[in-house]
Amino acid sequence: MPDVRVRKTLTIVEETFHEGGPIAAVPLKRAAALAVIRNPFAGGYTEDIAPYMDDLKPLGLAMARSLVAVLGGDIGRIEGYGKGAIVGSAGELEHGALWHVPGGYAMREVLGGAKAIVASTKKVGGPGARLDVPITHINASYVRSHFDAMEVGLTDAPRADELLLVLVMTTGARIHARVGGLKASEIQGENGLR
Amino acid sequence: MKAQIRKIAVFLEETRTEMERSVIPPTRRAAAVAVIENPYAGRYVEDLSDLMDIGEELGELLTQRALSALGIPASKAESYGKAAAVGENGELEHAAAILHPKLGTPVRRVLGKGAALIPSSKKRGGCGVVLDIPLGHKDAAFVRSHFDGMEVRINDAPRPSEIMVAIAVTDSGRPLPRVGGLAKNQIKGEDGLR
Repeated sequence: MPDVRVRKTLTIVEETFHEGGPIAAVPLKRAAALAVIRNPFAGGYTEDIAPYMDDLKPLGLAMARSLVAVLGGDIGRIEGYGKGAIVGSAGELEHGALWHVPGGYAMREVLGGAKAIVASTKKVGGPGARLDVPITHINASYVRSHFDAMEVGLTDAPRADELLLVLVMTTGARIHARVGGLKASEIQGENGLR
Repeated sequence: MKAQIRKIAVFLEETRTEMERSVIPPTRRAAAVAVIENPYAGRYVEDLSDLMDIGEELGELLTQRALSALGIPASKAESYGKAAAVGENGELEHAAAILHPKLGTPVRRVLGKGAALIPSSKKRGGCGVVLDIPLGHKDAAFVRSHFDGMEVRINDAPRPSEIMVAIAVTDSGRPLPRVGGLAKNQIKGEDGLR
């Protein structure tokens, strides 16, 4: 499979102190790592694309580690995650699906075996396309306070023959979470759901 | 602090290849953005001095955040820029009060140098408005390789009574500059222009 060639990366760290309510004792941090790579399958139909997932693994691990680093370096502080991809216009939605395994498993590995499925989204789009990356709790998908999303995008990407790959991590619940449901303190943590 | 900050976002962009050419070393630029309450939203106020003081506070805070995202000592910073977007209940002049009277001094103090005018842009807009922060070399405005701009936006800002304030710092110019003009190794650095 072809080399993974990164054209550009973008790291975003958002720190929220309040959203009109009480100022949080600990601000919520959300971080996104974006990488723009060439789509080796752009411009035609390729049947056998799955082996490329292995080639993407080192990139996934590097992005996951960079997120932990920009969020303070302590994996114990990471509570939410999500992932996504935007496929340039000469590619196919299925190319975005190549990111599920290397992106998701990289985060779970770096976080020491997080149990919940990594929420995800994908689409085909042009330069400047925005992606709302869904976020859920890393150990129990049903934790309602951690249902969130982070909007990301890059003005000049993805070009037609590129893939824009995204990983997101957060340090906690929505800043004024108060709509009930399963709490992070109630996680049983066996099946990744509750 | 006089500034009531709701949120801070930091963006770090790194370009490694352009048109299949490697960019060595990669060009890097960071933008730090604060979302603050507009103390004058919804009314006409003649004396804007509170916003000027807020500009001074943010000049220091955001420059430090941008430098820290780049992970470089101040002496390695090459270009800079600033911008503000006022929510719909505010006035364009509010952006001017933040950006122009007092913000520059702490920026230059943090960076150690900065003889050149800090290029700026401002606008009024709603949530998700795009800010194009103009960039220019910090010691000599005529360095052509460093004429650039960085786009930032935050999906949930500025709300009607907020102001979004951005400072960008780079460690480089455009990825593959080749349109001539004054080069950075020709800077005399006396008048901030050449």
